[in-house]
Amino acid sequence: MKRSIPLAIVMVGGILFMIQYFIPHQYSQTLFDYYTEWAPLVGAFALVLGVGSLSRLHSHKIKRKAKNWQYSYAVLIPLFGVPFFALIMPESLGGGIMQTMGGDRVTQGVFDFTYMNVQVPIQATMFSLLAFYIASAAFRAFRAKSALASVLLIAAIIVMLGQVPIGELIGKWFPKIGLWILRYPNLGAKRAIALGVGFGMLATQLKIIFGVERNWLGGAGE
Amino acid sequence: MTETIGLWVAALFTIGIYSFLYKENPLYRLAEHLVVGVSTGYGITVTYTNVIQPRFVEPIANGEPGAWILVVPALLGLLYITRFFPNAAWLSRYPMAFLMGAGMGIGFPLSMKASVLRQLEASLIPLYETGMAWDVVIGNVVMVLGTLAALIYFFFSKPHKGPFFGTGSKIGIWVIMVGFGATFGFTVMGRISLLIGRIQFLLGDWLHIIK
Repeated sequence: MKRSIPLAIVMVGGILFMIQYFIPHQYSQTLFDYYTEWAPLVGAFALVLGVGSLSRLHSHKIKRKAKNWQYSYAVLIPLFGVPFFALIMPESLGGGIMQTMGGDRVTQGVFDFTYMNVQVPIQATMFSLLAFYIASAAFRAFRAKSALASVLLIAAIIVMLGQVPIGELIGKWFPKIGLWILRYPNLGAKRAIALGVGFGMLATQLKIIFGVERNWLGGAGE
Repeated sequence: MTETIGLWVAALFTIGIYSFLYKENPLYRLAEHLVVGVSTGYGITVTYTNVIQPRFVEPIANGEPGAWILVVPALLGLLYITRFFPNAAWLSRYPMAFLMGAGMGIGFPLSMKASVLRQLEASLIPLYETGMAWDVVIGNVVMVLGTLAALIYFFFSKPHKGPFFGTGSKIGIWVIMVGFGATFGFTVMGRISLLIGRIQFLLGDWLHIIK
C-alpha cells in the first residue's frame, strides 16, 4: 500500500503512455489529453509543499530567534504579500511585465513593482556577480601546465576575444575563428555529451518505470 | 514617482548584491532573502492564475459540464500536503507516482527523438558538396570525427587501446577540451554582458552619468 501501489502506478502509467505515443487512435489521444490537463493541476499543488516547507523553516527561525532571524521576515512578507496583492489587485497582473495602454505605461501594482524592481535586478546582478568569480576561478585553474590544458585555455581566449571589439582589432579573421570553434569542434563535443546525456535519460526513465530506481519514493515510511 | 522609487530600490539592491564582492553584509543578506520570498510569491501567483484558476476554479465555478472530474486531480494534488504529517506522509507518493509514471512514459519516446535520434541525424551530414567553402568542409570533418571521437572517449566498456579505441579516445579528449574551453568562454561572455547591463543601469538609468 505504501510502496507497492505507487510503484505499480508508475509502471502501469509509464508503459501505457510509452505505448500511447505509437498509437494514433482517438482513445489514445483522449488519454493523453486527460493527462496533459491533469498533470499541471496535480503538479501545481506541489507548490503548496514548497511554500509550506519554506514558511515553516523561516517561522521556526523567527520563533527560536536563530542566527539572522530578522531576515526571515524578508522571506515571509513578500512570500505571502506578493500573491495577496496580486490577487486583490488583478489589474497589476501583466505576467510581471509592465503593459502599455494608450501610449502610457500602466499596471504598476505591488506585483509588478516587486517583480520589476526587486526580483529582476537582484537576479540579474547575482548572475552578473558570477563574472567575477568565474574570472578568478579561471585565473587559478587555467594554467597551461599540459598540452590539453593549453588547448582549453586557447579555445576559451579565442571565443572570448572573438565576441568583443578588441577581437576585430587583432584581425578581421579573429572573430571568425571564434565562431568556427563554437560552430564545429565545440558542437562535436557537445553532441557527444548530449548523446551520452540522452542515453542516460533513457536508462533512468526505464529504471524508474520498472521500479529499479526508487529514490523518488523518499523517506516517508516503508 | 513610483518609477523613481522603483529605480532607487533596484539600484540599492544591485549595489547590495555587488557589496558581497567585499564581504557578506546586512544589505546583501536582505537582498538574498528578499529574492527568495519575492520569486516564490511570484511563483504562487503565476501558478494560481495560469494553472489552478483556469484549469480548476473557473470550470467548477462556471459549472462547465463534466468539470466535477477535475476534483480528482485536485484531491490527488492535495495529497502532497500529507508530507507534513509523518504518519500519513506515504500518501504523498501517489501524486508523485501519477506524475512520474506517465511523465517517464511520455518522456521516453520524446527523449529518444530529441536527445538521440535528432543528434545522430544532425551528425550525418555531407562532408563536402560542390561550392562549399573550405572552412565549412574542414568544420564538417572536425565536427563529425569529433563527435565520433568524443563518443569513443566516453565509451568505457572497452579499454582505450589499439588503433580505433586508443587513437579515437585520444582525439576525443582533445575535442572535448576545445569544447569545454569554448563553452567556458561563451559562458564568461554571457556573464560579462549581464555585468555590463547592470553597470549601464547604475550609471545610466540611475545616476545619468552615461547615456
